[in-house]
Amino acid sequence: MAGHDRAKWAKVAYPPIDYQDAHYYAAPRKKPGPKSLDEVDPELLRTYEKLGIPLHEQALLAGVEVPEGERMPVAVDAVFDSVSVATTFRKTLEEAGVIFCPISEAVKEHPDLVRKYLGTVVPAGDNFFSALNSAVFTDGSFVYVPKGVRCPMELSTYFRINAKNTGQFERTLIVVEEGASVSYLEGCTAPMRDENQLHAAVVELVAMDDASIKYSTVQNWYPGDENGRGGIYNFVTKRGACRGARSKISWTQVETGSAITWKYPSCILQGEGSVGEFYSVAVTNNHQQADTGTKMIHLGRNTRSTIIAKTISAGRSDSTYRGLVRVQPKASGARNFTQCDSLLIGDQCGAHTVPYIESRNMNARIEHEATTSKISEDQLFYCRQRGLSEEDAVGLIVNGFCRDVLKELPMEFAVEAQKLLQISLEGSVG
Amino acid sequence: MSQFLEISGLCARIDADGQEKQILRGVDLSIPSGEVHVIMGPNGSGKSTLSYVLAGREDYEVTAGTATFHGQDLLAMEPEERAAAGLFLAFQSPIELPGVNNANFLRTAVNAVRRARGQEELDAVAFLKMAREAAKALSMAPDMLKRNVNVGFSGGEKKRNEVLQMTLLQPTFAILDETDSGLDVDALRIVAEGVNRLRAPTFSALVITHHQKLLDYLVPDRIHVMARGRIILSGGPELARQIDQEGYTKFLAEVA
Amino acid sequence: MNALSKDMSGPLALFANRLNTLAGPERQAAAGALARTGLPDRKSEAWHYTALRALGKQDYAAPPAQVDDGAVRALLDEVLRAHPAMAGLPRVVFVNGRHAPAFSALPDDVDLAFFAQAPRFGLQAAPDRDPLVALNTALAEDGLYLRVPAGVDGGHVMLVSLGVAGAEPVSFHPRHTVVVEKEAHLRLICVQAGQGAYFHNPVTDIVVEDGARLEHVTVQTEAAQAISLGTLYAHVGHQSVYDSFVLGLGGQLARHEVHARLGATRGVVHVNGAQRLAGQQVGDITSVITHAASDCTSRQTVRNVLDGHARGVFQGKVLVERVAQKTDGYQMNQALLLSADAEIDAKPELEIYADDVRCSHGATVGALDDEQLFYLRSRGIPEHEARQILIDAFLDETIALVTDATAQTFCRAVLAARFAGKGDVA
Ligand SMILES: Nc1ncnc2c1ncn2[C@@H]1O[C@H](COP(=O)(O)OP(=O)(O)OP(=O)(O)O)[C@@H](O)[C@H]1O
Ligand SMILES: [Mg+2]
Repeated sequence: MAGHDRAKWAKVAYPPIDYQDAHYYAAPRKKPGPKSLDEVDPELLRTYEKLGIPLHEQALLAGVEVPEGERMPVAVDAVFDSVSVATTFRKTLEEAGVIFCPISEAVKEHPDLVRKYLGTVVPAGDNFFSALNSAVFTDGSFVYVPKGVRCPMELSTYFRINAKNTGQFERTLIVVEEGASVSYLEGCTAPMRDENQLHAAVVELVAMDDASIKYSTVQNWYPGDENGRGGIYNFVTKRGACRGARSKISWTQVETGSAITWKYPSCILQGEGSVGEFYSVAVTNNHQQADTGTKMIHLGRNTRSTIIAKTISAGRSDSTYRGLVRVQPKASGARNFTQCDSLLIGDQCGAHTVPYIESRNMNARIEHEATTSKISEDQLFYCRQRGLSEEDAVGLIVNGFCRDVLKELPMEFAVEAQKLLQISLEGSVG
Repeated sequence: MSQFLEISGLCARIDADGQEKQILRGVDLSIPSGEVHVIMGPNGSGKSTLSYVLAGREDYEVTAGTATFHGQDLLAMEPEERAAAGLFLAFQSPIELPGVNNANFLRTAVNAVRRARGQEELDAVAFLKMAREAAKALSMAPDMLKRNVNVGFSGGEKKRNEVLQMTLLQPTFAILDETDSGLDVDALRIVAEGVNRLRAPTFSALVITHHQKLLDYLVPDRIHVMARGRIILSGGPELARQIDQEGYTKFLAEVA
Repeated sequence: MNALSKDMSGPLALFANRLNTLAGPERQAAAGALARTGLPDRKSEAWHYTALRALGKQDYAAPPAQVDDGAVRALLDEVLRAHPAMAGLPRVVFVNGRHAPAFSALPDDVDLAFFAQAPRFGLQAAPDRDPLVALNTALAEDGLYLRVPAGVDGGHVMLVSLGVAGAEPVSFHPRHTVVVEKEAHLRLICVQAGQGAYFHNPVTDIVVEDGARLEHVTVQTEAAQAISLGTLYAHVGHQSVYDSFVLGLGGQLARHEVHARLGATRGVVHVNGAQRLAGQQVGDITSVITHAASDCTSRQTVRNVLDGHARGVFQGKVLVERVAQKTDGYQMNQALLLSADAEIDAKPELEIYADDVRCSHGATVGALDDEQLFYLRSRGIPEHEARQILIDAFLDETIALVTDATAQTFCRAVLAARFAGKGDVA
């Protein structure tokens, strides 16, 4: 582990972390499940409220039993401090043949499946943080969608770092068999703490022939205060393998939190005609740093990838898009389109774009475009002439700037994401 | 009626590529409420500049003069405060807002203004109903509300969209900067009707135009001619017809 | 500096004999820096795509004192023949990194001097940050110092660098300085050519003072076995223009690295280039354009046409410092792969710290456009010819960016002479 380079690739600066000092794993004290919302930790409810999750869903999230017949749109596996505390809708999913459970449980109940796929996309030795995760991971979610099944509901894991000084090292594995599909949402929050906490998750996706996986993240871990004290170090390894022909993996992320974000959700496009997508909004304010992007590795014929990355920097923050598009010799007919746009708000921040484009196939086509600009004075004035405050006008224009990404999010998340954008840019104008 | 817009000795300049360029050189103009005034004048004489200065665009530096609106110092207000106070500018070149949905933009603006005016905000359903009706009255295709603000709109569509915004924001003072240019004959009539519907003893408008046609529908109270950053001549509606026929040369020569 | 030798592992060992006998503080400091860093390998971000393994296992000797005049004459004639106007231009000829007065035709209106007589290392090149500059600093023997006095139009000057190697590989490390003083103007045409196995490692230090203009075209047709790794620094003053273009055609491994710094307001920089490579060639165009003052403009268009097993590299960074408000930066790099084994690696990069800027870049990689091809063929042009037309047009669009008409015609002629009737073998 110690032999691994930490984050050489990334353009972030962070004080050395004492990995011995982080408590890898803090199991929440076991209590019987709450019977009504009144029994639920009020801080937890506030978090949900902030996220705009409607109350009946909050009840579900908090593991409160609900009467039969209520609308149940999202199945949730809530992970606090790396331990799954509640997985909802197990029954409905089981009927469809979908497995959605804490990975600790999957190891016991479905050992063959776990053994067959875990670590096949992200080997333990992949990078320093994945090695750390492999050594200490305690829980996470496991999803298995059998052949031909369209998962009947959105699946969601809700991560939260609760305890002081805890590292969160959960591990997620999603396997979707031939012709099956799933949409998976991941929400993350952490309450304010003034020490830095580490989040080093590993997510592996496997898609077989004609399978499709949509993985959406809204990340608002605590970013630290306006002086850059505290906040989460978010070093996540996310990678999907499009193993089957015509399989599709789509990553959508809205990153507004964390003191430092370092993640590159990637697609290995192996199956003929497989498709990888990456839609990203990264917002940084105050002293936040984000270095995020994707890797699209085209191995198979006629593979396609699309990258849309929107970067917004405000305050004294720095934000970098870093991406790799690689077309290997066998990937005839491969296509990539990349669009990276950066928006700067204020003159103390930085926005950087670092794409790596490598092609070894004459029949592949790659197009990359990047722009950097600030919010146009004309647009701002036009909105204000119509009566919008400067802050609202910025919010509106920023949301417009991010629209191509936000529209990829499931409805519930899109609304929440828009709010988050606004919140994280608070105080950045005027 | 009281003089609700008073402009006196207004001078403004712009910093263009490091060089100070004086554009407005002492504009005097007063518009009583309930009246429609027109500014005509050669290209580059400063008409749009005046409208931007009144709406509060920051690029222009006011170097002298005053402008009051309902007795308030207009020049001290933020653009959105002016909007809330009832001032509306239909831009000569409406701005495109990529990714910003037109309906959403309109609702945000309408509610911001309503909030500032102490009116209740409109929910999405009520707003959409109102917006659709207004759009229909302007013969706008229904999908214009769903598209991004002005992005990919034709010249005429942009102008109609400006008028739609005006209709929804209910200003007491509207500046229409060449809203008639680029419009087909039917659209011209529709736009004029849009303005006429707002006409009331409490509503005034300043119409910037090069053409008599719009004025046939609007029936203005006064015509002003602007040249080299000043109002050089004012008169009744007949002045517009005279300019339409004879051009500016004669008037410019007279003052020079 | 004998202590150095034990630190010189890897490619550096190839120069060990010469690095151990240096005089002067600059050279010793450079050799020290080099010993600390070694020559870059692919772990170094700046050399991620270009390995220096090709430097080989053999020692690189200092060039011999005597060179075969006939060989030099033949190489020079080939350069001058490309275009009738060339023979009439003033020229400074270097052979194996040393000035060759017999072949030069020195210009009148500019001030000339030579590094061999009065070493000048310039202010911009940083041996401690760039090992190849350190190597040059340590081993430089000669080079051109050219100054165009304030207000003078220096016309055209050709700087011809010829490498002539026999059985033993040689390396040469010329150190050039070009100063275009206030309101002056110069059209500089650099030509690199040669025969045999040699390593050409020039460092060029350019200053374009306020209101001055330098049009700089480099035509690189090094010998097939040559390695050519050139580093160029340009400082661009207030309202001055540095307009550059490189045409990369030769060498087994060639890198043209430009560091252009817009150090005062309203400067303009163009760092354009084109490469056409085949066989096992590796060609690398790398640039760092730094906007260090407000209201400056930078433009970059780089195109690669790659055939056979050739590999093209483009790395282009545009750095906008916090003070550089109202920067206008645009960069485009495009590549055509003509064979199944060709490869392009590109890394366009924006690093931006000022908010009121307009910066963009674009990149495309692909084969010829099918629709264009079809259009030509539907007009009766045979496919092979149609492809040829499109390839030529693709490169010609970059050559069209060269503002100096003589240099532009020269580039076209060199390209035509090399590729007439050849080219697209796919
Ligand atoms: N941002 C600017 N930079 C430089 N010059 C400007 C700017 N804005 C306005 N001007 C100049 O100020 C003068 C007045 O412009 P303005 O747009 O107000 O004219 P106008 O009367 O509206 O003309 P038109 O009838 O053509 O619309 C013109 O000469 C114009 O070029
Ligand atoms: Mg105008």
